[in-house]
Amino acid sequence: MRYNIRLSIGYIYGAPSDHARTLVRLLPSDLPGRQLVSSRLLSVYPMPDERRDTTDFFGNAMSVLAFHQPIEQIDLTVAARAERLQPSDSLDLSPSLGALAPEVAQYRSLEAAAPHHYLGPSKRIGLEPAIAEFAAASSDPRLTVLQTVDAITSAVHSVMRFDPGATDVDTPTGEAFANRHGVCQDFSHITIAALRSLGIPARYVSGFLRTIPPAGQPRLEGADAMHAWVAAWCGAEAGWIEFDPTNACMVGTDHVAVAYGRDYADVAPVKGVLRTSGDQTSQHSVDVEPV
Amino acid sequence: MTRQMEPLSDGLPAFLTNYTVSPGISDELFDANGEMRPVWSAFLQQLAKLSPDQVVERFARGDQYLRDAGVFYRQYSSDPLQERQWPLSHIPVILHESEWDAICAGLAQRADLLERVVADLYGSGQLVKDGHLPASLIAQNAEWHRPLVGITPASGHFLHLIAFEIGRSPDGSWLVLGDRTQAPSGAGFALENRMATARIFPGPVPRANVRRLAGFFNAFRNAMDALPGLHGRRAAILSPGPGNDTYFEHTYVARYLGLPLLEGEDLVVENGAVQVRTVSGPQTVGVLWRRLDAAYADPLELDETSQIGTPGLVDALRQSNVDIVNALGTGILETRALLAFLPKIAEVLNGEPLQLPNIATWWCGQPSERSFVKANAENMYIGEALSRALPFDIGNASSLAREARSLTDDALSDWIDANAPNLVGQEAVTLSTTPCWVEGRLMPRPMSIRVFAARTPQGWTFLPGGYARVGRTGDTTALSMQQGGSVADVWVMCDGPAVPETLFDHESFRREDTGALPSRAADNLYWLGRYVERTEGVIRLLRGYHLRLAETGDPNDGSLLRVADLLRTLLIDVTQPIHAAIEPSLAAARVCAGKVRDRFSVDGWAALTDLVNSLEAISGNLPPGDDAARELGILLRKITGFNGLVHENMHRTSAWRFLTFGRAVERADAAAAVAVAATGGTGSASGLLDMAIEYGDSRVTHQRRYRIDPTRETVIDLLALDAHNPRSVLFQVTSMRRIAEDLPKARVEGRVSELLGSLLRLETELVIAHPKSVTPSVLIDLRSALAEVSSELSAAYLI
Repeated sequence: MRYNIRLSIGYIYGAPSDHARTLVRLLPSDLPGRQLVSSRLLSVYPMPDERRDTTDFFGNAMSVLAFHQPIEQIDLTVAARAERLQPSDSLDLSPSLGALAPEVAQYRSLEAAAPHHYLGPSKRIGLEPAIAEFAAASSDPRLTVLQTVDAITSAVHSVMRFDPGATDVDTPTGEAFANRHGVCQDFSHITIAALRSLGIPARYVSGFLRTIPPAGQPRLEGADAMHAWVAAWCGAEAGWIEFDPTNACMVGTDHVAVAYGRDYADVAPVKGVLRTSGDQTSQHSVDVEPV
Repeated sequence: MTRQMEPLSDGLPAFLTNYTVSPGISDELFDANGEMRPVWSAFLQQLAKLSPDQVVERFARGDQYLRDAGVFYRQYSSDPLQERQWPLSHIPVILHESEWDAICAGLAQRADLLERVVADLYGSGQLVKDGHLPASLIAQNAEWHRPLVGITPASGHFLHLIAFEIGRSPDGSWLVLGDRTQAPSGAGFALENRMATARIFPGPVPRANVRRLAGFFNAFRNAMDALPGLHGRRAAILSPGPGNDTYFEHTYVARYLGLPLLEGEDLVVENGAVQVRTVSGPQTVGVLWRRLDAAYADPLELDETSQIGTPGLVDALRQSNVDIVNALGTGILETRALLAFLPKIAEVLNGEPLQLPNIATWWCGQPSERSFVKANAENMYIGEALSRALPFDIGNASSLAREARSLTDDALSDWIDANAPNLVGQEAVTLSTTPCWVEGRLMPRPMSIRVFAARTPQGWTFLPGGYARVGRTGDTTALSMQQGGSVADVWVMCDGPAVPETLFDHESFRREDTGALPSRAADNLYWLGRYVERTEGVIRLLRGYHLRLAETGDPNDGSLLRVADLLRTLLIDVTQPIHAAIEPSLAAARVCAGKVRDRFSVDGWAALTDLVNSLEAISGNLPPGDDAARELGILLRKITGFNGLVHENMHRTSAWRFLTFGRAVERADAAAAVAVAATGGTGSASGLLDMAIEYGDSRVTHQRRYRIDPTRETVIDLLALDAHNPRSVLFQVTSMRRIAEDLPKARVEGRVSELLGSLLRLETELVIAHPKSVTPSVLIDLRSALAEVSSELSAAYLI
């Protein structure tokens, strides 16, 4: 499936912001076998005094922007064309849950795809006893890793209520879980915490969803803004497999991935440090249209 | 009467009678056969010549030195700004140079190994690929910073200054207990230890034979100057700020090495260059000796919650524009679990074993190691694998160990299994003991030594001694200062006189460019000037009130009530206890001074501390009137002493200018405020005018010049328009104008700066004004103009 992707994010500052520096992770990249990006462009207004387009540790496209003069607004627009490839349906090659730990230990690498990065606590996902308890109750040691991930994703989806007004980007994972509501970021963080508590390496994925569903299918939650989902490491043979806990589905051709990391902190689309005292307001729109 | 300590018949002095070395422990003073090590004998002979009273007096001299020098550290558990006296154990640890040199040879090998390991962890990751390090210990380590992976330091090296904590094991050999690679502290304290012991034991025997410390700092400074990042740019120290436990050392080393002391907010990154904001505009920095942990260095790419970092610093490193000493990310080498793997890695990378072993460590993430730890748990400290604490520091790790000890064998085994990848076992080594003075006698106490190594173009150079940690009791678990342990000097003893060295190379005299004043330092100096002056004003006015109260004896007397009203308009409440009225501005002054301690003299700081202490001393019940006036007079003389020390002795650099400008703004504003309060009211004002004259310290001048009782005009003349009275508005405006002319960019292309323009205008208005025309509303406008001057100064130089 091929898509035209358009995204626009704008910030307006109440007081001019001095020496703004911003990291932007908004552009999709090629993913062998899964995703091909034929064109991608990030435009910034006003024109930054410095701009460097680079790749971060996780392989995500990252732009460093700096403004030397005070600015009152930033507008970021993305135009990209990407193709999503349908993964071939395959057998469940994942080991049983109990056999996963030795496979992790034998993986001798520090590259971004290595499972070791995604097992321990990370900036936004600490040790969450309540989620661990929930995960233990929702899984069964006789299941394979893939079956476990499926069970956890479904369990999170069924206990959580999607509510865009209930949380914001800084809501702690434990709090969102305690209140059983949130948005894709919360669903993903909770699922990741649950999987890690069972010893399954899990990473956070930011990206886009197609805006208008295929005829006869319901519109997916999270399609009018950037979306987030989860990738789980299901053993050396099966590798990373992606799930969308917000929509309780596997990730297929409706999703376009932008950035991978341990949690939201690693992939935040716009991360900035602004010397400003005033309020800021933002707008955000996404359009993902099949071509 | 003093009496010498009597030697015992066997030749040992009396203070050694209770010195009993426990079996199975090695001791610094006595060898395994119970013979005194020869390296101690000259020192002990000198000590034996002192009477017990003299010993006490000598130790007090050392402590007094440390107090006067303002040496302190902070204890994190209590009030964050509470300063603790430096806990010096007065008896040095003494080692022979042959033993010391063997230690340093082993540590040089280890330093090179650590460099190779950290370069691999941020480079190709071969050690993990080859199975010499478990990936999880790196990938789940908070000190392995992903944004730094792939960045090679501009200098080609990650490590430039390392501290090793070493101890002597029961068989007499030395062990490395831990490596400090993040931002090792203590080298500056080592110098202060040496200064203090030099006062305690001033005689040439055996001090002449002790290796000097200063050469190490010279070598380190020269090595920093030689780094490729410098290129004629500035070197500076990057500190986390006054809340840090070793902030004193940051200010001390900055003064000692002549390096500016910066904090994250002093710096801004532009086009890949790290620049310090100064009163002369941005200046590029080439080398940063950092004293803050890497996570806090850049909120954009590292810990996003850091309030003390510099956004963009990591990106500047990517562009190889600045050398950071040590490189960001080197903290990972402090991870306890690495000690389990370094011996093997040494053999793999160097083809030879470690010359100096490290404390035996087993990571429970490996099955056979885990079984070993379980089987030998009673002889181990079991702690967190990823902890960076030293083995003898109490923290989470030892609470784990305590938890481990409280369990039965079976429960312990289950507990280790459940937490295995997060645990290491470390051999519960018994450290050697060294003499410590306890109630008039030497007693053996456990100790470890901190050895500092600096990279120079010629290889690693070592600080010869200076720093040992000594336990408070015989228990080896209480070495940490935070737990009541103390710190001792370490003397490396030569067979003959040591080569004298100092920091200053007399052969090649050079005058360092002191560089422009960072804006934040200028801001603190400016406000220090203002707050000290404000404090003086409050004291002066309160004294005036209490003198009058002492005369009338009646707080409800009409003229006294008017004076109280006048003070109230100046926000001073005479019914408040005196210290409560003075404390706010004095405390603010001290906070500002604490942030620029590297910029003014030790005496100045001591004078300010003395003032704070004097104020605390009168915080009890001070009777109003005569007693209060007398105490206020004492405070007034003390604050004048501080001003004298600062203003008479400070070089006329930018630092002095901002301090003096702050004082002038505050003084001018206060004079105008007093003049408004004294002349603005209606009805009888004679008492108030008199008070205003007294505030202006101008009673004598008034008497001589006008020969009448004070009138509104004479008060205005003296307090606002007199060009020769240092307490008048005009006098202070003139002094501000002169300073403004010396500030950077005072004139650009023939035009005066906004600040200088405002001051010239104000000065002219005051020069031509007649006292009659200076109504209260004119004075109020004058105060607004002064506030405007303050904002203009801030906008031009301080932000």
